[in-house]
Amino acid sequence: MTARSISTGLGLFIVGAIVLIALGAGLLAPHDPFTQDLMYRMVPPRWMDGGTSLHLLGTDQLGRDYLSRLIYGARISLLIGSLTVVTSGLIGTTLGITGGYFGGRIDDAVMFAITCRLAIPLILVALTVVALVGSSLTVVVLTLGLLLWERFAVVARTTTMQVRNLDYIAAARAAGASTAHILIKEILPNILTHLIVVATLEMALAILLEAALSFLGLGVPPPLPSWGLMIAEGKDYMFFSPWVIMVPGIALFVLVFGINLLGDGLRDLLGVSQRR
Amino acid sequence: MVRFLLRRAILAAMVTLTVLVVAFALTRLSGDLAVSIAGPNATAEDVATIRKNYGLDRPLPMQFLEWAANAASGDFGRSYLYRAPVAGLIKDRLPITIGLGLSGLTIALLTAIPLGILSAMREGSLLDRAIGLIALIGQAMPSFWLGLVLIIGFGLKLQWLPISGVDTWDGYILPGIVLAFSAIPALLRLTRAGMIEALASDYIRTARAKGLSTASVVLKHALRNASMPVVSVAAVQLGFMLGGSIVIETVFALHGVGYLAWESISKNDFPVVQAVVLLLAMIYVGLTLIADMMNAVLDPRLRAG
Repeated sequence: MTARSISTGLGLFIVGAIVLIALGAGLLAPHDPFTQDLMYRMVPPRWMDGGTSLHLLGTDQLGRDYLSRLIYGARISLLIGSLTVVTSGLIGTTLGITGGYFGGRIDDAVMFAITCRLAIPLILVALTVVALVGSSLTVVVLTLGLLLWERFAVVARTTTMQVRNLDYIAAARAAGASTAHILIKEILPNILTHLIVVATLEMALAILLEAALSFLGLGVPPPLPSWGLMIAEGKDYMFFSPWVIMVPGIALFVLVFGINLLGDGLRDLLGVSQRR
Repeated sequence: MVRFLLRRAILAAMVTLTVLVVAFALTRLSGDLAVSIAGPNATAEDVATIRKNYGLDRPLPMQFLEWAANAASGDFGRSYLYRAPVAGLIKDRLPITIGLGLSGLTIALLTAIPLGILSAMREGSLLDRAIGLIALIGQAMPSFWLGLVLIIGFGLKLQWLPISGVDTWDGYILPGIVLAFSAIPALLRLTRAGMIEALASDYIRTARAKGLSTASVVLKHALRNASMPVVSVAAVQLGFMLGGSIVIETVFALHGVGYLAWESISKNDFPVVQAVVLLLAMIYVGLTLIADMMNAVLDPRLRAG
């Protein structure tokens, strides 16, 4: 067991466990995450003074069971993370492969688009769009998806450039394959491993950004149990009950940490070397 | 050299122009601005009055050209909320945001470079792995949450540092640390990779063979070569940090440009939002241009490009 395989295994374990928890939220959550009980507000976690085994991680300012909200919150993070990556992956990969394969003016245009995207302040623009369109899960996914494609584009472009002049592409062309066939059936499968590594990193980033947007009040709308929103709601009580921000914060950190470990492990495993 | 820089400058101008269009389109296309400004309780007449008063009834291209022409001469219009010129509002708050960005960058460099050097010198050791873990932790840390945790820990429990505002210089420390966390992983990995490459090269072997001390070899010879990419990435990271200041300024109640932007977004004060988007984009473009220039000066091979 090398150190690398231990960390990859840890990443796999964390992500796998959180995915299972999110899928089985209905079975695992001891309470309904939306049911308020104003008699039991801000009950501390089980192991602290005043804790009860009825609410293992306590309750929030509206008396909602914290553990149940945390469990359902995993769904939101994973859903937004994966849907964002699908959206941004489609945009970025299309642009990157097109630029890398055709080169010349088309590539210049793709590079220009990437440069412009990098110049656009990410959080600021995301906040503005959500504020104008109205906050919902779909809006957050689309906004982040439309903003986070540049790393997919950069990697798809570079790797396409590396494979486009290889013999098997020339062979496909000689056999009369259409350009679309070459791009989708010949090039895409060969650069896929690189894109999967990018996808893990972007998913981690998207989850952090969703939490930040929700924290600022312009992400997932309440009463949905987004971890970022839980931190925002707990902020007013954190001086007396620090656990209200520690619980969702640690969950967020562990999930993103696990995804990053998994991504680094995949990069080594798939033999992908890329500049960060 | 001149041609290289000229091309980069033209590219920078084109990018800025595109962001200008995006910043404008952003606030116009995603909804009816007049309805947003008027608020939820406004009547149809209120909306019509606002539309006329703010010039929102004219064709979009006209509005854009007027805004762009004014912006070029430093006039970004008036804030709906503060009823004052946007340029003045931003000018008052910019020093705080720049101060925050620079303290973040300083902390990031002071942490990342020594750790990167140590990591490279002991490549593959337990220390190297531990430092790699620090980079991973930094990457996974939600910055707004880290800010709150530091406020509880250092500001409230230990009472070492101020938890909000920047009335004194030490008010920059906690937000600076939080901001630095986002830049440390990239800078650390880059320093490490650069140092490993430099330490394995022939001139280092020569320097060692001459009997120079390890400190001299590492700091004078290897670091000089490894630092080139770090310097240019640091410039770009500063741009990202200024963009990320919106979250940090909200957490620490620092009244900088980021806080102004957040306030304007939640109150539909769009002249301010447009101006801040443009300003941050221009700072980023300017910093990448500087990074390109530094690379060209330091590395003659790039000048041909």
